[in-house]
Amino acid sequence: MFDKEKINDIKKKREEWESSTLKKVLDRFPERKKKFTTISGTEVERLYSPLDIEDFDYNEKLGFPGEYPFTRGVQPTMYRGRLWTMRQYAGFGTAEETNKRFKYLLEQGQTGLSVAFHLPTQAGYDSDHPLSMGEVGKVGVAVDSIEDMKVLFDGIPLDKVTTSMTINAPATVLLAMYLAIAEEQGVPFDKVGGTVQNDVLKEIICRGQYIFPPQPTMRLTVDLIEYCYEHVPRWNTISISGYHIREAGSTAAQEMAFTIADGIAYVQACIERGLAVDSFAPRLSFFFNAFTNVLEEVAKFRAGRRYWAKIMKERFGAKNPKSMMMRYHVQTGGVTLTAQQPLNNIVRVALQAYATALGGAQSLHTNSYDEALCLPTEQAVTVALRTQQIVAEESGATETIDPLAGSYYVEALTDKIEAQIDEYIKKIDELGGTLKAIELGYIQKEIQESAYRFQKEIESGERIYVGINKYVMEEPPLTNILKVDPKIGEMQVERLKKLRAERDQKKWKEALDNLREVSKSDENVMPAVIEAVKARATVGEICDVWRDVYGEYRPKEFV
Amino acid sequence: MELAEGILDGSVKSLARLISWLEDDDERAYEEMRKLYPHTGNAYVIGITGSPGAGKSTLTDKLTQALRKEECTVGIIAVDPSSPFTGGAVLGDRVRMSKLCLDPGVYIRSMATRGHLGGVAKATNDAVRALDAFGKDIIIIETVGVGQDEIDVIKIVDTTILVLVPGMGDVIQSMKAGVMEIADIFVINKADHPGADQLETEIQIRLEQDKHTKSRAWVPPVVKTIAVEGKGIEELKEAVKNHRKYLEKSGELEQKRKRRVKEEILSLVENALIKILQEKFVSKDSFDRVVEDIISGNNDPYTTAKELLKRIGVDVTIQQEGGIK
Amino acid sequence: MSSDKDRKIKVIVAKPGLDGHDRGAKLLARIFAEAGMEVIYTGLRQTPEMIVQTAIQEDADVVGISSLSGVHNYFFPKVVELLRQNGMDDVLVVGGGIIPAEDIPKLKEAGVAEIFGPGTPTQKIVDFIKENVRRK
Repeated sequence: MFDKEKINDIKKKREEWESSTLKKVLDRFPERKKKFTTISGTEVERLYSPLDIEDFDYNEKLGFPGEYPFTRGVQPTMYRGRLWTMRQYAGFGTAEETNKRFKYLLEQGQTGLSVAFHLPTQAGYDSDHPLSMGEVGKVGVAVDSIEDMKVLFDGIPLDKVTTSMTINAPATVLLAMYLAIAEEQGVPFDKVGGTVQNDVLKEIICRGQYIFPPQPTMRLTVDLIEYCYEHVPRWNTISISGYHIREAGSTAAQEMAFTIADGIAYVQACIERGLAVDSFAPRLSFFFNAFTNVLEEVAKFRAGRRYWAKIMKERFGAKNPKSMMMRYHVQTGGVTLTAQQPLNNIVRVALQAYATALGGAQSLHTNSYDEALCLPTEQAVTVALRTQQIVAEESGATETIDPLAGSYYVEALTDKIEAQIDEYIKKIDELGGTLKAIELGYIQKEIQESAYRFQKEIESGERIYVGINKYVMEEPPLTNILKVDPKIGEMQVERLKKLRAERDQKKWKEALDNLREVSKSDENVMPAVIEAVKARATVGEICDVWRDVYGEYRPKEFV
Repeated sequence: MELAEGILDGSVKSLARLISWLEDDDERAYEEMRKLYPHTGNAYVIGITGSPGAGKSTLTDKLTQALRKEECTVGIIAVDPSSPFTGGAVLGDRVRMSKLCLDPGVYIRSMATRGHLGGVAKATNDAVRALDAFGKDIIIIETVGVGQDEIDVIKIVDTTILVLVPGMGDVIQSMKAGVMEIADIFVINKADHPGADQLETEIQIRLEQDKHTKSRAWVPPVVKTIAVEGKGIEELKEAVKNHRKYLEKSGELEQKRKRRVKEEILSLVENALIKILQEKFVSKDSFDRVVEDIISGNNDPYTTAKELLKRIGVDVTIQQEGGIK
Repeated sequence: MSSDKDRKIKVIVAKPGLDGHDRGAKLLARIFAEAGMEVIYTGLRQTPEMIVQTAIQEDADVVGISSLSGVHNYFFPKVVELLRQNGMDDVLVVGGGIIPAEDIPKLKEAGVAEIFGPGTPTQKIVDFIKENVRRK
């Protein structure tokens, strides 16, 4: 990008600057710290200049928006064409309450829905299971059967909104319910759009909502991908998630690297199933975190886009550019929020949303400032939504594409993060692939090491966290907090009782028997799951069939 | 509190507390152990050893579930290493045994090595005895998986199971002398992984070679398992039963146990001597000075040991290693 | 008899319910071990019954439970109650996670010794345990 002569000239000037202007100041005023690092621990230089990206080849490294390697973004016009989808993750209590909040959010200008399910649904248990005690309706909405799902989307036209569902091991079941409801609304499958998370590997790595062992659970994942390719073409079949990896304590580079490693495993599994890479890859999507260190986040997103494009093209031989695009949703960092001085979180979220916009995401959830304390209140959710609306409408981040490109620092950091990703992918390949690396605990241990390092930095005061280890103050506790009615548990159990008593027993049994047979065979399970949910089989009952056929995953713990 | 009586009466709490006392080397423990001794000798003790990641915990979990189907009560001691730097430990073996947690017929105890080498803790042997008195039919010891030195376990158990997994390099070739010999049963876990058959062949060849040098009436069987899926567990259980029958018939069980009692007496005496020395004759400070003396070349360990023993009234010539810890 | 300072403090670190966020629990397990304690890590999906059985079998001095899914009002008192039923009144129960300040008095009344919210320095938790643990 720079000619040799110019570089030499800059080098000379820089040396002069270092030995004179800079030195004079450093002698009298040493810098605040010996070493400056990003929140991920990557060392940051005092100053970046063309010398740091001497051999930079614009066309090779950046290219143009909507073109390989997609460093500058996946669409040719990015936010000048259309803003990202503002999608606030919501769900609590009963389907009725969440339905109300969905409608509220749509009225406030939100453009897509995002369903949080309570943990029993995520772990494949009904609300009356012993392990569901105390959990019903707590961190998401209680959905046991298609009846709950119907209430959840009551009055919401499924051909007009897109819905993202955070559901993994039982993703097939919840998608089946959604499709069955669309059918009842008279919406054909090819008009239905949305996303299921469907990323079981990161559940095993760090999020804990696993049910079945890796092999059979991957089979269900691929079944869903295959079925949607044939029948629900607008559905994003998987959201390969780094979000939780980062929450568990990883660095930015690890977040991207391990997510890409998971992505490689899914692509591999689909290819092994016999799917052509360009048939399913355009529907793969990603989900990342955004921390407060804006420039590092931007570099992470750009490095990830570039690396994924290369993997898809070079390793998997994708021909369709859409197969090479890393399209992703972002949620601002949950773990970056503090319970101390919670209003400060609004500022953190704003910076994170700004980083997301500068990084070129396709959709965004901004966290509410009270989330380190409780489920978000309506007021806090509104502020969060307004935060991203301000970033979109007022900050200027959306007016030009990839505005930080060409920044010596951002390009150098992008290269550095890409190199770190590459190093991890090579290491995981050496270990025998992602599944093997997970089985060995390699990925888990790497994440835990980073979490531990970070904690130590905070406690030693080496890294400052406002309100935690600096600028601490006494404050009255936040009072206006959302509580879930504890009676929801009983209500949901009653509802289940009624469902079990009133459903067509014969049809129900036949549907589950059929599911069992199909699950043992090589046939795609999706049609049988759709029949089962229509026959009023519950999430727990369907997962029990699979627990029986496939067994249950027991984690290895690495502390 | 009378722990021994509690234990004989079936109190898990008393049992748990006694094991804590044993771990802490609390003198009160030995009085209780004395009372329990007449009630021991009924349990059958199995050791499960092997390298880290071989699947020992999962195997312990599944074998226990299989034994429970036969109404056997089971005690499990799962040993993990203590940190040599901090003395602390993270004991994570229960994670893979969570199905057994609420079974009243199973008692699980995690145990840190607290600096003891050999794959078990110092208190493991006595804890086994306490579990025996408590009435457990089978006691399983899962050793530390740090390497290939976990051979202390054979001094405590009746049947030693050595767990190997395919694909971890040339396991057999690199195995230290003596490790192959400790196995009464070989388990090839994760037998669905590539290399399982090859590993089996390697073991068989090695066993065949050993036959020429040693006469061994018991030829260790090789059992293939996929512990996570529960495959091969019944076969393993049968192999343990066969070994037990062999030990009982051949009289080896009795010999083993006699040997064990002998070693126990010796180790009790050893421990007592060291304790007396440390508590009555050399405080930590003066011991440090003695060590300094040797390091600086003014004395040697042999003379020092002899002098120390003299102080408690023993006059000997120190000829070999050991003695003072 | 060995002195109390030679004794190892035994801590159960448990994740109750279905919550899978174990970053804090694992981190604390490691920090406790570094402070010289013996930590029994139970892993995820523990019921109060399982936690208490583990405490009994391991003769634990401390039970540390962490919840981020809002189940603390059910779980924490239940663990204390079951410990009491089993005559383990002297076991120190501490909790952590996302717990609204207004719930803390009730939890303490139920017998939870202390609640440590997000951002608590781990040394503070270690010190609290060392100062308040029972003597066997």
